[in-house]
This record gives sequence, C-alpha cells and structure tokens, in this order.
Amino acid sequence: MKLKGKVHKYGANVDTDAIIPARYLNVSESNELAQHCMEDFDAEFLTKVQPGDIIAADTNFGCGSSREHAPVAIKAAGISCVIARSFARIFFRNAINIGLSLLESPEAVDNTESGDILEVELATGEIHNITRDETFLAKPYPDFMMGIIKVGGLVKYTKRKIAEGV
Amino acid sequence: MTLAEKILAANSGKEKVSPGEFVNVRVDVVLANDITAPLSIKEFRKLGVDKVFDPEKIVMVPDHFCPNKDILSAEQAKMMKQFVQEQGLVYFEVGRMGIEHVLLPEQGLVLPGDVVIGADSHTCTYGALGAFGTGMGSTDIAVAMATGEIWMKVPPTIKFVYHGKLGRWVGGKDLILYTIGDIGVDGALYSAMEFVGEAVDALPMDGRFTMSNMAIEAGGKAGIFRVDDKTQKYVKDRAKRSYQVYHPDEDAEYTRIIEYDVSKLEPQVAFPHLPSNVRPISHVGDIKIDQVVIGSCTNGRLDDLRLAAKILKGGKVNSGLRCIIIPGSQQVYLDALHAGLVDAFIRAGAVVSTPTCGPCLGGYMGVLAAGERCVSTTNRNFIGRMGSPKSEVYLANPAVAAASAVLGRIASPEEITK
Repeated sequence: MKLKGKVHKYGANVDTDAIIPARYLNVSESNELAQHCMEDFDAEFLTKVQPGDIIAADTNFGCGSSREHAPVAIKAAGISCVIARSFARIFFRNAINIGLSLLESPEAVDNTESGDILEVELATGEIHNITRDETFLAKPYPDFMMGIIKVGGLVKYTKRKIAEGV
Repeated sequence: MTLAEKILAANSGKEKVSPGEFVNVRVDVVLANDITAPLSIKEFRKLGVDKVFDPEKIVMVPDHFCPNKDILSAEQAKMMKQFVQEQGLVYFEVGRMGIEHVLLPEQGLVLPGDVVIGADSHTCTYGALGAFGTGMGSTDIAVAMATGEIWMKVPPTIKFVYHGKLGRWVGGKDLILYTIGDIGVDGALYSAMEFVGEAVDALPMDGRFTMSNMAIEAGGKAGIFRVDDKTQKYVKDRAKRSYQVYHPDEDAEYTRIIEYDVSKLEPQVAFPHLPSNVRPISHVGDIKIDQVVIGSCTNGRLDDLRLAAKILKGGKVNSGLRCIIIPGSQQVYLDALHAGLVDAFIRAGAVVSTPTCGPCLGGYMGVLAAGERCVSTTNRNFIGRMGSPKSEVYLANPAVAAASAVLGRIASPEEITK
C-alpha cells in the first residue's frame, strides 16, 4: 500500500499526554479523541493536518502511558503513518494492533522537514521524500509482526487463530 | 538466562528463550482500569468469543477517574462494571478498592514468578515481587482476556547494581530517579531492568515497588527484583495460590551492567518536563510551589505515608499552598489511620483523600492552573500531565514532598529536622 502526505515534524520523547491529554480519556470514541490530538503540545495540529499526512519524529515517540487512545487519536485525526528514529514499546504495539502504520528510519527523519511531501510504500518500507528527491529504507518488521500487520491488526489475527482452533 | 528470561521461558513452555525471540506467553493475571477497560471490552466483543479464558485471572479496578469525576467517567466505570458482572471477573468497588498497583500485591493477587499484563503502563510495578509485569494497550488486553495468552518479544536485560548504604532521607524513589537521570527516558527502551546490590537489598518492599513502578519511565518493559526473605515475608500471608520463585543463572547474559555507588546519594528531584531531568536536592535552588501531592501507584504505600508524617507531624502546611495526600488503598488508609498518620496530616492542614489516581494524570482531585507548580511523589512530569500545559510538576520522594509542603518551596527534609 502506498501512502502520500505532507510531513509534520516533531522532536524527541513526544509523550502520550502530549498526543492525547488524560482529561479527555473519559471517552473512547476515536472521532472525539481526534478532536484533542496534540492539543497541549501543538495547538495548530488539527488545523494543519490533511487526511493522509505523515508525522516524522525523533526518538522515543509515544513514551509514557499505555493508553491506546493515543494511536487511535492520531489515526482518526487523519495521519496515515508515523516515521520516527525510535518508538516507545507500548505505543508501538498499540499502533500495530489498531492499524496505524509506523516506520523506524533515523535517516528519513534526519533528512525531512515539516512541509516536505513523502511517499511511503508500506510493503517494502521505502520512504521517498518527493520534495528533496531522496529515498530511504525503513527497518523491516520481523516476520511475526508482519503477519499481524498483513491481516489487519491483532483482533483479526486472533479471530482467525480462534476460528482455526489453534 | 536472566530473571526475565526465566519467567518468560517457564510461561511459554520452553526450556530456554533468548532476547529478540517471539514467544506466546501464558498470563497469570490480566488487568484493566476504568479508562482502559472500555476500549478492551469493545475489542473483546469483536473476537467472536462469549467468555473470558478464566474470570479469576482477570482483575478490573475503578481507580483512574473513580470515585466518578464526571458523567462521562461514570459511564465508563458503569460499562466496566457491567462487563465484570457479565463475566464474573475479580473487581474492587469504590470503598474497597485501591490504586491498582498498590492493591493487587496487597491483596496477594500477584505473586513471584507470575506474568502479569495490564492496560496500564505502570504494570511493571510487580517486578518488585519477582514477577514479570508489563504494560500493554487495550487491544492486547482484550486478546489476553479471550485466550489467556499474549505474544511478546523476549527483552534483553540490563543489570543495575547499587552499592553502598543509603542516607536517611534517600529511598527507592531517589534510586530510580537517579537511574533515569543517568540513562535517560529511553535508556532501557524495550529492555528488562534487573535491580541488585546491597542498597536495594536493604530497601523495604514499598521502596522496591517504587523502583519497579518507574522502570517504564526509562522505557523499560519490566523492572525486576530477585526474591529474597523480604519478598517471601510480604507474600506469605497474602498468597492464596502456589507460586514459583525463579533465580537468574550465574552465567546469565546482560546487554549492560551499570553500577552505582549510592552511599552519598542525595534526595533527587525531577524538573519539568521529563522524569530524566533530575537534580540532587542541594542543587534545586529557590522554587516556590502551589501544591504538593503525596500518593499514587509510585509512592502511595504505608512506608511512604510514614515518611511524610515524620516531617508533617506537629508542623503546618505552608499557608500559601495545598497539600493533598492520597493513601494508595483502603488498607493503607486504615493502617495510616491506626498509626496516627491521618491525624497528623489533617492537623497539619493537608487533605486526605480516598484512593484514586486522580491528580497524577490531571484527572481531578488536584488539577493545576496555568503557572502553578507542584511537587509530586508521582511518576511523570510531562507538559500538562497534572493539568494546564502551562503548569509545572517536580517529582520527588515523600519526605521531600512533605518538607516542601511545610516550607512552601522545594526543600530538603534536613531543613525541617535538623
């Protein structure tokens, strides 16, 4: 699957309180959560983001809480994928589980600025910066995780396993 | 194998596991709370199963926004309770509950050698009992509720060795803040942390819970202690089922071994807006504060309240600020009451609240206004964590928090007691 969008770039340690403040966790509907995505951190985020846009970030993106509301809010806000130097581990699992695409590529992050247009081929991990005409390759997923991603997340993966009686 | 590898091998039916290996792990306890359970329940419904794998192994605790702070929170708590009743899960109602990571060990629901997954990042707290506890999201919890299993990548282990004898006002909170300050908020990313050495051997269980609790603040997957006499004593009268104690092998492989001499360590304070932004108390300077919070899954246990009471007893909370003290469970509350601590807190001018996570995540019971500063015994000081994005949170141990409450600025306990 090919994704294409404008980049919104952030620094290191973007935490889950920045992504979705806990005061909004009294709901779990994705569209309501999306209304407050990055609210305390980048007040213009929602007005800037067009469907399909991409977040690029430094290390440890999504650190902090286990709230799945964080990747849910990002996805529902229209972001098609997040590219970071590294991800916090619970956020990483959550994003895979709910079908928000993540790519780990320090080179792509270092050579991308806000406003650049990227094209991402999820199957190969190829990240093409159209604005700068540079191409980078993201770290490949282990086969086991690719299996979960390919069927569309952990619920579908498990449903299939249960149905097969494994 | 390291302690983490031993537990994961045993729970995945393997002789040996190695870092990086994907394993299907049998879980002993699955946990969710009032803000993460609703999403878990929605995902559980999609799985096409009617019943959870074992209702006695699934625990739900209304602690984050409970007692309900508003109508939407009440609806979430109600949804969780209805699911609990439908499935017959383990549940603690308001009035019998506690902050989940204080409550579960106290009730003997988590035991050494267990694998515990919780839809709460501080599930790593159970490492203090020699268990493998780790936080996951709601979907992972939904799958584990249905199948009793979850996939994991076996983490590499970093060993932390703490040499020396701790000073009077220095405890588990200071050791872990110092460690996070040293390695950074992603210093243990994807890794298990194993805590050893004479300084942590001497720590009471409550101090060990504090350390394990904040492993996630260094990016850790787990923060584990070896089981010793103190652990056994803590567990002995609480356990209602058998458990297995694991020890790391002599030739266990660690990705790093980090050693600290902590005999001269001062109380540590994490400045805004990262838990790694740590300074010793002597280098804090003059920082006026508006609020103090003593409690949470990090520092809401009896030893923590005793420490705070040593400073607050007979003293007065500074007229310029609010001091909010939250025992971590009903049992801690009752024990504190019987020990005269609650009396001391109220006479000093502090608020004593029923157990809740409330202020730690800016939920309620102590939300900060723009420009306000809080010294808190909690675990995170990210931007807006406890309220306004223009407020500031300073993390510290309960003695520093109490001394700061008296003096109205971030202060060392030495200033009160010398």
